[in-house]
Amino acid sequence: MHKESELRPPLILGDKTWHDISNDVCRPVESKANKWWWLAFSLSLAAFLWWVIAVSYTVGTGLGVWGLNKTVGWAWDITNFVWWVGIGHAGTLISAILLLFRQKWRLSINRSAEAMTIFAVICAASFIVSHMGRPWVAYWPLPLPNQFGSLWVNFNSPLVWDVFAISTYFSVSLAFWYTGLIPDFAVVRDRANTKWRKRIYTILSFGWVGSAKNWQRFEEVSLVLAGLSTPLVLSVHSVVSMDFATSVVPGWHTTIFPPYFVAGAIFSGFAMVQTLLIIVRKVLTLEDYITIYHIDMMNRVILITGSIVGVAYITEFFIAWYSGVEYEQYAFINRATGPYWWAYWSMMTCNVITPQLFWSKKLRESVFATFIISIFVNIGMWFERFVIIVTSLHRDYLPSSWTMYSPTWVEAGIFIGSLGLFFTCFLLFARFFPVIAMSELKTIIKSSSEGAKKKQSKTPKSEQHA
Amino acid sequence: MSAKHKKFVYGIFKDDEVVMNAIPVLKSQGLRVKDVISPFPIHGLDHALGLERTRISITCFLYGMTGCSLALLMMYYMNIFDWPMDIGGKPSYAFYKNLPAFIPVTFESTVLCAAHGMVITFLLRSKLLPGVEPHVIHPRMSDDHFVMAIQITEDSEAANVETKLRAAGAVETIK
Repeated sequence: MHKESELRPPLILGDKTWHDISNDVCRPVESKANKWWWLAFSLSLAAFLWWVIAVSYTVGTGLGVWGLNKTVGWAWDITNFVWWVGIGHAGTLISAILLLFRQKWRLSINRSAEAMTIFAVICAASFIVSHMGRPWVAYWPLPLPNQFGSLWVNFNSPLVWDVFAISTYFSVSLAFWYTGLIPDFAVVRDRANTKWRKRIYTILSFGWVGSAKNWQRFEEVSLVLAGLSTPLVLSVHSVVSMDFATSVVPGWHTTIFPPYFVAGAIFSGFAMVQTLLIIVRKVLTLEDYITIYHIDMMNRVILITGSIVGVAYITEFFIAWYSGVEYEQYAFINRATGPYWWAYWSMMTCNVITPQLFWSKKLRESVFATFIISIFVNIGMWFERFVIIVTSLHRDYLPSSWTMYSPTWVEAGIFIGSLGLFFTCFLLFARFFPVIAMSELKTIIKSSSEGAKKKQSKTPKSEQHA
Repeated sequence: MSAKHKKFVYGIFKDDEVVMNAIPVLKSQGLRVKDVISPFPIHGLDHALGLERTRISITCFLYGMTGCSLALLMMYYMNIFDWPMDIGGKPSYAFYKNLPAFIPVTFESTVLCAAHGMVITFLLRSKLLPGVEPHVIHPRMSDDHFVMAIQITEDSEAANVETKLRAAGAVETIK
């Protein structure tokens, strides 16, 4: 059996058994929601309602109801799209990349982080569809035979790459997530004591019984999906960044974009995971599974990716000067000192300075500080996309068309509403789905739980390796 | 397991290490240990039971190659053969010249087909579909109990098998 040093911090606190894990994780599914859940759910649903109104108004009237103009043709829509896609990246990083690196601490958080990925990509896709203005022709970027002669989509265009990247990312993440959920749905099914719960979870669990052959295939499928998802997740934000990088707009036309966007995506994604899980562990009393150690590990990822993002900002600035291209230089001077200076400096403060606070172990292990800093990072990463998009566009090559951009209530509604959509989905997930990958977590209880470590330290060294 | 005409005696265990130790013991006593149902994957169980290595990753590779070829063929047909376009002075007249721009879609299509092909194969091959009724032998077999299935040919063998299972550490037996 796998042995682990007792010096390593335990991943599961308390003297838990396999049955305790089933009880603790299934409790939210099997009990009634408390008033806090209903309050949060009502607020999210109300925000989502604003989304429905704002999107319906946009589609019914036209894109003119947004604050866009001839110079600034992309603004909050694409800012929000990139922000949401970026947030999604943490889920895949946790479930795929940390699986390949055999990081066992992923097991308590991978399920909810993957759920977050799926809901974030849904929110992102909603901006793509709504910014088209005519969503009924949303199938035009697909390579379908059409009525416009023999014209096909242009496969040299990054926007077409994006259609493939986002749809592959979404559907593969969904398949990965659901495959992992099947054995856990079976746990809920076998425990169910009401007729309807039994019936619903029987359907959801696809008739799973954990026979040896099923587990053997299951583990192979998980491993190969992790191997496929790892380059996939890196490709998605690279392709998103190429939507900008392949254009000739100063401030966008830079080769640093793919790695810089991927680091930023992981950075913002982990911040969102922290924001959500700090609430989830408290509300669902899962503090024994999502421990301070988990929070600390995620804060380290935030620290490293935040530093990469900081270096990327400075590199961009340096290269703008070093290139000798005056348009490029102006774009960056304008970002820092022009009319949108406040957005630029909000981004710099939130993304470059705040994560550096995590060099302090005390702050990394403080739930309150982590929560506050994670919110700062979320805000900072939103501003990053706003700065890249709006400040690069609003003063282009032709000074006579220089202009400012400000959003209307409709755009604000779609953004706040997308948060509503996200939290509505997440709250439903927390009520009806096992939020921790139980069957995977059970594999480490004999090696990495607090109880196992106590037992190990009591046994004399000579017997441990018997 | 699901075949109705086969007869099994099930031993219920409470610990994965006891199960792993029991398998070679029971096998040496001449029992046919057909399967172990566990709430989580047990490392080395497939080897102990003598299961063959799964070939699902080979199917994944084949699906991936299919996706890769289909994507290249599609892009060649649409953008080079059927209706080449000249956008921004960069004409699409030769496949090899466009190939770098075709990499992202080729990659995404490879992953799309490989991942979904493999997951669908896994579900069909393991008979996992919505509406399939599970064969639940013990209500806690997905929670914290382990079920070992021993195949028998005659009902008269059952009593003997049950004794051996209990001796090997089973806490309960089901016929």
